[in-house]
Amino acid sequence: MSFTRRLLMAGSALLLGIAGAAAQGFPNKPITMIVPFAAGGPTDTIARIVGEHMSRTLGQTIVVENVAGAGGTTGITRAAKATPDGYTIAMGHMGTHGAAAGLYPNLAYDPQKDFEPVGLAAGTPIVIVAKKDFPANNLQEFIKHVQANQKTLNAAHAGVGSVSHITSVLLNSMLKVDVNEIPYRGTGPAINDLVAGKVDYVCDQIVSVSEQVKGKTIKAYAIATPARSPSLPDVPTTTEGGLPQFQVSAWNAVFAPKGTSPEALGKLRDALVKAVTDPATKKKLEDLGGVVPDAKGASPEALAELVRSENVRWVSLLKERVKQ
Amino acid sequence: MELLTNLAHGFAVAVTPTNILLCLIGALVGTLIGVLPGIGPIATIAMLLPITYKLDPTGALIMLAGIYYGAQYGGSTTAILVNLPGESSSVVTAIDGHQMAKKGRAGAALAIAAIGSFIAGTFGTILVAALGRPLTAVAQAFGPADYFSLMVLGLVCAIVLASGSVLKAIAMIFLGLLLSTVGTDLETGEQRMTFGFLPLADGIEFVTLAMGMFGFAEILRNLENTESRDLVQQKVTNLMPTRDDLKEAAPAVARGTVLGSVLGILPGGGAVLAAFGAYTLEKKLSKTPQEFGKGAIRGVAGPESANNAAAQTSFIPLLTLGIPPNAVMAVMVGAMTIHGIVPGPQIMTKQPDLFWGLIASMWIGNLMLVIINLPLVGLWVRLLRVPYRMLFPAILFFCAIGVYSINNQPFDVVLTAFFGLTGYLLIKLGFEPAPMLVAFVLGKIMEEKLRQAMLLSRGDPWTFVDFGRHPISTVLIVISVALLALAVTPALRKKRNEVFVEE
Repeated sequence: MSFTRRLLMAGSALLLGIAGAAAQGFPNKPITMIVPFAAGGPTDTIARIVGEHMSRTLGQTIVVENVAGAGGTTGITRAAKATPDGYTIAMGHMGTHGAAAGLYPNLAYDPQKDFEPVGLAAGTPIVIVAKKDFPANNLQEFIKHVQANQKTLNAAHAGVGSVSHITSVLLNSMLKVDVNEIPYRGTGPAINDLVAGKVDYVCDQIVSVSEQVKGKTIKAYAIATPARSPSLPDVPTTTEGGLPQFQVSAWNAVFAPKGTSPEALGKLRDALVKAVTDPATKKKLEDLGGVVPDAKGASPEALAELVRSENVRWVSLLKERVKQ
Repeated sequence: MELLTNLAHGFAVAVTPTNILLCLIGALVGTLIGVLPGIGPIATIAMLLPITYKLDPTGALIMLAGIYYGAQYGGSTTAILVNLPGESSSVVTAIDGHQMAKKGRAGAALAIAAIGSFIAGTFGTILVAALGRPLTAVAQAFGPADYFSLMVLGLVCAIVLASGSVLKAIAMIFLGLLLSTVGTDLETGEQRMTFGFLPLADGIEFVTLAMGMFGFAEILRNLENTESRDLVQQKVTNLMPTRDDLKEAAPAVARGTVLGSVLGILPGGGAVLAAFGAYTLEKKLSKTPQEFGKGAIRGVAGPESANNAAAQTSFIPLLTLGIPPNAVMAVMVGAMTIHGIVPGPQIMTKQPDLFWGLIASMWIGNLMLVIINLPLVGLWVRLLRVPYRMLFPAILFFCAIGVYSINNQPFDVVLTAFFGLTGYLLIKLGFEPAPMLVAFVLGKIMEEKLRQAMLLSRGDPWTFVDFGRHPISTVLIVISVALLALAVTPALRKKRNEVFVEE
């Protein structure tokens, strides 16, 4: 093929593309949603459930692209640098847009300045769980036991920067204990050793532990949300248990790169609110133990405020307790 | 009796036209992606997840499970034909399998792999159905200290039995261990040996290393000699194994099946250890160990049976505890949760259709794999007659796609090319890549378990030989030390045979 012919073809394709875009508006091709974690995890599951409904509203498929690595920051870095045309969005979460700034000194993006908030998708409450023969019957006894035996106890987490790690750091700082923290590669192996009784306690998202709690292979002391969860109705809240300041939920939210057009943002926001307020989608998320926001909670303003407050909360805590 | 009723229930669920079709599609897709070098089951399952939204959860899971063991199966095909192990567990298959192919016995190697896998798969499935619960207890007994010692034993086996040049084998084992430490430190979160490259923060992918060291390097080596083509160009003798072959392979299949079933229930390195352990065992028991590495049929039958048995029993932790033991299972858990089923210890009682249906479909899937693969043997072998100028670019092309598809990172492809050049140099200098890859896979788990065991024991290294607290670990360490001691005695040194020899 000659060069001129190739140029002509490229040119006409470009023209067609522009014409098509003008005629149909956003979106006229599939949208990529970067999920910064491996397929199968809680964030991925939420992204796929919400993305599926958003696809229907937008009339274009939302393709989930798993770009895992470095506590989710690899994928979010890519999203931050993507062309801000609305066709690349990302599912960020508590770690990537909250704790990351406190954990990674060379973070390649600014969670607050490099993104346009689209909206909150769902949060998964954090539960305090322990091995099944842990000698405490309620949260108060648990706190006393941990404080009295901090020299010999072992808390497990799913790796530096993971939700279970940072929430465990938060819990231990509130209990003013310095417990041995055992790192694992992922939630699965950590829970496996908790079930086997090799470690003493773990903080993690409800979806990762609820069935083990119901099957009585581990026990739960409290759920760190204002209300009890339908997934584990017998587990009291931290407020009921006497540790009301321990309030934490692994939130997942959709972000677009800074500079995305208001038109695209408007459509994405509208599709997200429609998804989380749709009864069937909402039920799917709630079945997993998710806490789903209402229209107001899913607004970009609410998300911007959440990112701001979470950065304040985690950055100072993690700089103090993890990165001395 | 209850087992039979349950299995009957499972077959009733699995043997519906829809589910059989889904099982067939899964096994077929799995075989295809397994055959394509580098494209693994994780990426495929993740890509196919949206299709399963429309299916019922049991059907969806049956299909995904089909992809998983289909890929295990297909991976061996590429390992045998073009010396390209796409899965960590088929590294060992490549050693003797590819040698058989070079001698024109690709058909026999492929057929014995298929038959061995089917027998192992059947046994593994029965084991999952009958003894899932008690076996879970075995897996649970393994703590971090025990895992570490198991990995030590694995490496000692590699050192003790490696030959050619022992020094070179040890050097490669250490290189593998070193490469496995690249990435984020487990405990502190600091980056090690990443040279500031963000894509290296999570370490080097197995596929990146394997495709480079085996695939790219092999192609480079073949480019330099245009006359002697060592991909199987000469006349293929017969497609099916002879009666003697079967007789020879049968005990290896049996031993591999048992070893694979046991090691498969251990999360993490189970399948690799199983394949590698089966190979070591076969060589150790063989009257003609010098044939290993030159195309011994037992060197294919043992590891292939072991890795397929392990693929079945690796479902045990998922089905009895609801805990995914590896990355593929984690994606399957994701598929279940999207359907509103959070797997847990009660799945057997709460979702009997799904539980027993899946188990029955495992066996049906394995049967289908034999039916699909035996006739395909002829086709695969013919594929080798494709001229190099077409075959090589195609292999490189699929390797690049496969490597890219793991993390969607272009950097990984560049890294594979780098390992290709390194691998070529190493082959030229007489270093074998297989011990390095095994050490690389075991090294990651080994370091993690070492750190955990040391943290749990508050820094006491004697924890590994503390019989009161860690009896399994103690026994494993004692065996390792004994093996090492035996290796340095002169009488045995003379007999020391080759585990990892490629040429």
